[in-house]
Amino acid sequence: MGLLSDPNRRKALINLLTRLNTPICLVCYLAGIAWFMGLAFEPFTLRTYMSENAMGSTMVEERFPAGERALAMGREFAVHKKKANGMPVDWLAKAMQARGLEVFTQSFSRTLPFTDEIKERYMVKGTNVYGILRAPRAPRTEALVFSAPCSPGSNDNQAVGLLLGLAQYFRSQIYWAKDVIFLVNEHDLIGMQAWLEGYHHTNITGMDWTPLQGRAGSIQAALSLELSSDVITSLDLVLEGLNGQLPNLDLANLFSAFCQKIGVLCTIQGKLPRSDWDTAEGYTHAVQTMTLMVLKQASGRPWGDHGLFLRYHIEAATIRGINSFRQYKTDATTIGRLLEGMFRKLNNLLERLHQSYFFYLMPSLSRFVSIGYYMPAFGLLAVILLLRALDLWVQLGTPPPVTEDGPAEFQQPSGPGMLSVLTPVVISHLTGMALYTLPVRSQETAVEHFPVSETEAVVLTAIAIYTAGLALPHNTHKLLSGEGTEQGWKVLKLVALLYLAVLLGCVALINFSLGFILAVTLVPIGAFVTPHVPKALSAVVMVMLSPGFTLLYCIFIYQELQEAPVSLIEGWMIFLSVISQGILDHTLYGSLVYPLLALLIYPCWLLFWNILFWK
Amino acid sequence: MAAPLTVVLIVAATIRAILFRSSLAELISERVEVVSPLNAWKRVVEGLALLDLGVSPYSGDVFHETPLIIYLFHFLVDYAEIVFMIADGITAVALYFAVQIYNKNVFRKQKYALEADRYPHDCLELMRSPKEMYYIPLKVAMFYLLNPFTILSCVAKSTCGLNNAVLALFILCTIKGSALLSAIFLALATYQSIYPLTLFAPALLFLLQRLYIPVNLCRTSFWLFTLQYAVMYLGSLCVIVCLSFFLLGSWDFMPSVYGFILSVPDLTPNIGLFWYFFAEMFEHFRLFFICVFQINVFFYTIPLSIKLKEHPVFLTFIQMAIIAIFKSYPTVGDIALYMAFLPVWSHLYRFLRNIFLVWCVLLACSALFPVLWHLWIYAGSANSNFYYAISLLFNVGQILLVSDYFYAYLRREHHLSNGLYLKRKDGTEATLVLK
Repeated sequence: MGLLSDPNRRKALINLLTRLNTPICLVCYLAGIAWFMGLAFEPFTLRTYMSENAMGSTMVEERFPAGERALAMGREFAVHKKKANGMPVDWLAKAMQARGLEVFTQSFSRTLPFTDEIKERYMVKGTNVYGILRAPRAPRTEALVFSAPCSPGSNDNQAVGLLLGLAQYFRSQIYWAKDVIFLVNEHDLIGMQAWLEGYHHTNITGMDWTPLQGRAGSIQAALSLELSSDVITSLDLVLEGLNGQLPNLDLANLFSAFCQKIGVLCTIQGKLPRSDWDTAEGYTHAVQTMTLMVLKQASGRPWGDHGLFLRYHIEAATIRGINSFRQYKTDATTIGRLLEGMFRKLNNLLERLHQSYFFYLMPSLSRFVSIGYYMPAFGLLAVILLLRALDLWVQLGTPPPVTEDGPAEFQQPSGPGMLSVLTPVVISHLTGMALYTLPVRSQETAVEHFPVSETEAVVLTAIAIYTAGLALPHNTHKLLSGEGTEQGWKVLKLVALLYLAVLLGCVALINFSLGFILAVTLVPIGAFVTPHVPKALSAVVMVMLSPGFTLLYCIFIYQELQEAPVSLIEGWMIFLSVISQGILDHTLYGSLVYPLLALLIYPCWLLFWNILFWK
Repeated sequence: MAAPLTVVLIVAATIRAILFRSSLAELISERVEVVSPLNAWKRVVEGLALLDLGVSPYSGDVFHETPLIIYLFHFLVDYAEIVFMIADGITAVALYFAVQIYNKNVFRKQKYALEADRYPHDCLELMRSPKEMYYIPLKVAMFYLLNPFTILSCVAKSTCGLNNAVLALFILCTIKGSALLSAIFLALATYQSIYPLTLFAPALLFLLQRLYIPVNLCRTSFWLFTLQYAVMYLGSLCVIVCLSFFLLGSWDFMPSVYGFILSVPDLTPNIGLFWYFFAEMFEHFRLFFICVFQINVFFYTIPLSIKLKEHPVFLTFIQMAIIAIFKSYPTVGDIALYMAFLPVWSHLYRFLRNIFLVWCVLLACSALFPVLWHLWIYAGSANSNFYYAISLLFNVGQILLVSDYFYAYLRREHHLSNGLYLKRKDGTEATLVLK
């Protein structure tokens, strides 16, 4: 406490921090970025290891024999699916019944706020079919879920076939201590959402569904399988769930352990692990894998059908079969054995997966970075905001004798100061509210008056409001009685800096990737903006670093890393569809990224914009 | 000055009315930061239901409020929202008048001291001007009514708001010099939550000071008045407790309210220090540590009363802060009450050392509470350690805040008696170092 109580040392420290503020901030920023890039460097990461005892030491034997028969079932399923033009409910129920499962169905319907142009759906009606394999060895208080989607076209038929094959095989085994639920969900995530809400008796998103007739115990873990061809070359593990939530790392460990045991090529983010970490290519590869994970996590959307399980505290992952042009092929029997092994290990669990990490980034499937290692990267960025705030605080305190009381200055600086701070804060938040509510609300009006489709109307309204917000500072000043003072903008900037710091801190805790990406772009703005910097240039820089442009950059980087680079026009089209998907994700599944950006981040950015145009 | 106060009251009532009508109200009333097992509205409703059924409301270990509260809401349950809004209003108005009178006293004392030339000459810049003091009562009311903590507490219908109103009335009565009313309200506050017991000392000191009775243990007049005040206090406490007994017809409430407060059986997480500690502890140490933790709240009264015997109102502030930090089931409503007093000490600003740091900590922690709660309870990815770390930090922030004000107050007093610009023996400028 010497530092806090000794006035001389305090003064020295504060002098140091204010005098060297800019260089320290610069160093912190560069160090933050460097730290983040260093996370992918293999010597700095940890090898994954199985923490859960129940899954680690016990050996299981995989004996699933019937891959070919499963594929045949898949083909039969495809025929019936085509005939029924959707979920072949009766056939599937019969098929599951024939395998000795308790079969139930659930129908659901949902009207989207506007047409989803990518998946071409507006009024969604569907049925989920699920069968429960009751555990012979335990009091049926716990369950595992194995799900496969019933998707349109020729996709995922093999997955359903394998699901039926595994159901038949599992039924004849005696070691099950947990119920296994085999779920075929229609309309991917919407069906999954309906089923999960029905299972847990909640209704978060206002969807219509019929109550579930049969339930098993509390779900401990879930695997979702997506498989579109008879043979595959590699299996891809998808972890990123709703709002950037990740399943326990042990689930990923389990997957990679079995891939190694059985000898299947496994990837994460579609990237194979490489062993040459000390070469430039090896390092770049790891960075790319990690950046892809960061981008996917930051998007806050579920990247597979497992994504919604995580909200219910159920560890879940999607396993996606990929058929590319590699020599090495894996057949359905092997995949079946892999899944069998994973389920048997999950069956051995004595408690929920909790031993391993929940906060991690993976530069490759066998390496991970935990929260303790990646948080400093964010911390170094966030500390810049605090340093700037401290600098402002000292500036506000020293030159004129301070008459106001300390704490009051935070919440309500008295007199005209309060008005000049409160007005921009309120106005920018109102703009944020408009950005959040108006696009969906006003789509009908927009469609009437402009030659656009509903989806376009929503997206374009959002962009229009976003752009209109830029005109605000001039109008804000008309509302103010007097002109802004030097003190005024400093107080406003202090408020904005602390606001941004707290906001980013909270976001980074929930979803590190989103917090970090926003910090990378917003922290420089917060650090340099004053009314005295060259207006035009700074305005351009600010716009280029605004949340909307950040999204655009993320799309280009993502496409680049997916090895599908796009031109500017294509990028723009993707940008538009991403916005509509963001709004849809929010209304359908409760993803928080869109409201976060609209209601908090964007107003915060507008505050800095206001400071730039302070008169 | 009445007009701005009315405006503030109207604004505050509007905000509360809007929030009561919104969907947020339900969410807020479930937050562990805002309601504790003692003052949750849900539990009061449960108690009422039991009472209506003719069962003792204390059977079932859900309801832990005092009998007077349940009989109050027995009649007013339909108007609960208005009751809580009025309680907040009463608190604010009472604090407003209390601070107004206190400031007048302070200014008068300063004038006499100046006329008697008791201050060193370089201390003129430490003198307080009426202009600067004019808005303080209004700021106090505003700090209480518009503080997000108070608003949350009110919207959650936490009975903490009523306790705060009683405490505010106690402060008003004390500062007005009415010993009887002060004792009655103090007894009522004690009856509500035990801890205000420690406010007996500052109230007594204030009343003694007001009657020009020196605090001298050898003087009979001191003991006479102390006895008088103690009798009034204990008498009214006795009356209230007996009244509760006659209302309820049993002593059920004693273990259920006071036993519950003192022995801390409910370890629901909150912003306090108890829950984690006692959840982790081996059972056979429990009694010992409960004693340690509870004595902690009461213990500071003695040294603080000795140190601050000339400044009872500041002592009241410090005591309330200590109660809010160390009590067994703290909520943000308790914090809001002592934070309302911060504008009264705005003249200490120049001596505060860590105010920026402390406010950053408090601000960040307040935002992080719900986030970490979400991660722990809903997402399941964090655990109780994360939440407790933040509540620990929050309390450290509060302690730093209070000790900073304490230091600043003492330092100002020191300067007022020794001169603002201290010189060392060799003539160089001296600095005060706290070690």
